[in-house]
Amino acid sequence: MAAPLLEVKNLVVRYPVWGGILRHKVAEIRAVDDISFTIGAGETLGLVGESGCGKTTVAKAICNVLKATAPGVIEQGEVIFYTASGPLNLLTLGRAEMRSHRAEIQMIFQDPFASLNPRMTVREIIERPLIVHTDKPRRVRRQIVDSLLDRVGLQPAYATRYPHEFSGGQRQRIGIARALSVHPKLIIADEPVSALDVSVQSQVINLLQELQAEFGLAYLFVAHDLSVVHHISDRIAVMYLGNLVELGDSDTIYRQPSHPYSQALISAVPQPVAGSSRADRIQLTGEIPTPVDKPSGCPFRTRCWLARDECAGQRPPLETKPAGQLAACPFV
Amino acid sequence: MAAINHSSDSASNISYRPLLRVRDLEVTFRVERGSARAVDGVSFDLAAGEVLGIVGESGSGKSVTALSILRLIPDPPGKIAKGRILLDDLDLLQLTYAEMRRIRGNEIAMIFQEPMTALNPVFTIGMQVREAVLTHAKVSTVEATNRAVEMLEKVGIPKARGRLNDYPHQFSGGMRQRVMIAMALVCHPRILIADEPTTALDVTTQSQILDLMIDLKQRESGASIILITHDLGVVAETCDRAIVMYGGRVQEVGTVEQIFGNAKHPYTQGLLASLPAMAGPRHERLYTIPGNVPSIMEMPNGCRFCTRCEHATDRCRDEEPPLHEIDDGQLVRCHLLDP
Repeated sequence: MAAPLLEVKNLVVRYPVWGGILRHKVAEIRAVDDISFTIGAGETLGLVGESGCGKTTVAKAICNVLKATAPGVIEQGEVIFYTASGPLNLLTLGRAEMRSHRAEIQMIFQDPFASLNPRMTVREIIERPLIVHTDKPRRVRRQIVDSLLDRVGLQPAYATRYPHEFSGGQRQRIGIARALSVHPKLIIADEPVSALDVSVQSQVINLLQELQAEFGLAYLFVAHDLSVVHHISDRIAVMYLGNLVELGDSDTIYRQPSHPYSQALISAVPQPVAGSSRADRIQLTGEIPTPVDKPSGCPFRTRCWLARDECAGQRPPLETKPAGQLAACPFV
Repeated sequence: MAAINHSSDSASNISYRPLLRVRDLEVTFRVERGSARAVDGVSFDLAAGEVLGIVGESGSGKSVTALSILRLIPDPPGKIAKGRILLDDLDLLQLTYAEMRRIRGNEIAMIFQEPMTALNPVFTIGMQVREAVLTHAKVSTVEATNRAVEMLEKVGIPKARGRLNDYPHQFSGGMRQRVMIAMALVCHPRILIADEPTTALDVTTQSQILDLMIDLKQRESGASIILITHDLGVVAETCDRAIVMYGGRVQEVGTVEQIFGNAKHPYTQGLLASLPAMAGPRHERLYTIPGNVPSIMEMPNGCRFCTRCEHATDRCRDEEPPLHEIDDGQLVRCHLLDP
């Protein structure tokens, strides 16, 4: 693996649950429960899991925007970002310090309709990070915007238009151009193609891959569409109820998933090929428990076909499996 | 247009006596300047016991087609301008509103993408499922409640009687979709129209709901299903036949074996090729269909797909190809396949 760019160590994020007439704290959920992983420079790490598993919370914690969006509390852990001048723990940085490094970590969002300000022209949207993070004069910024538009496949003449004049795929390209404007090293992409039509989705995936090769970008690619994640990722992390249950090489996880949850998740993806059948699918019973009453021990044991008494005790640690990945299940 | 052939050899439990016949359906929407044709001359048949998939991207007209069958197009701005929708020999487009209400929920039922908005948040689940029974059957409230409980249990809601007084927000997304299915099937309709029924659900939940729908069809209701989706994988796994729509028109029709094994229309081929294959190599460039779906106001004159098709010729731009049969039951709208 390439030199590490970002290292998440033992991250725990909890949210208070308010209830009762006086809106006092009635419980606490651990949305992210002791997660560690590394992203290498120029690498793509796919983060998959179902709704409520904490994948977006991980993304927000890395960008240090948890406080701004929800009252999430980072209980413990480190997010080490390896800059040119040495490693930095992003979680302990002050506002001003964080701001000076924010250019290096940019985000692309799921909803291309909600993530662009409808009152700003395309030029103003893409130029904004340049104004915040650099002191480039207007003339230079204008050139940068034009070349970025061209690079993401939009005509520079579009710079004076407003977001509503564009289709979903074009808007996603604008969001990508905005993220690229300040030369980030890491892009956190939260479901970047799931709102797009199939024929447009492949255009955006190709664009993301080209840009990665061209600018040496690393991606944290958060998504629920497993075939897309497999295609774009070097390694994949699988989350379930706030825990990391499997982490390893993308092909290994797809061909030889180890953790029962990963097996079920991959098996559930409908295959668009002739003769595809539902008969040999692993069908999970029951529902994902809510994080408020998370099962003791292994979080997956209530739906697992291999579950036994020991699973209720200690949470199984990640251990190396014969195929090379890490998985948190001792019984596979 | 070529005659639609039904002598197919697919699954044996399907009899090719068409239950529903849609003929030359045209739906227009009033827009600022003139009117837009969202569905343009769509014809297809649905056999008894068949699962028919309608696939297409946003703006292809797939949902409008489905809504037209139940005459749920908001009018204005929408209008069913032309066509016939025959349930057996009854033309649904000629019925009065009162007659149509007897069809909806009773003969043809529908489930929607977002079960939170399709269920009424201020009524309990019990009231909503019971209402479906009471609307169509002359039974006592007690009997209606019993039928509701029985149906909720069949769709996999544990201890259903105890949950009758719960409100929709007390159910998870997957459970709400089960309630929707129970509501749709409680009057034993002959046709179930499912518009993106699993799009809002997680993949393992999607898997459960698809199994439930197919299982109920085979063991219980026997209802034909029209499944509208953008997910080609879902179609491959659950449908008998599929219709591919683009620009308000049917572009290709065939059995799932024909569509997924031997697609002939460049659009169908392009859609299938642009999906990342799970078994395939990583990081390779995906096939892309160039450009964007044109808006319905800007549809080209000839073939609807000619602006994005790499095989397009002058003929394609001038003259729209008819839907012709190229193989047993496989219909394609493309000049390239002209004999």
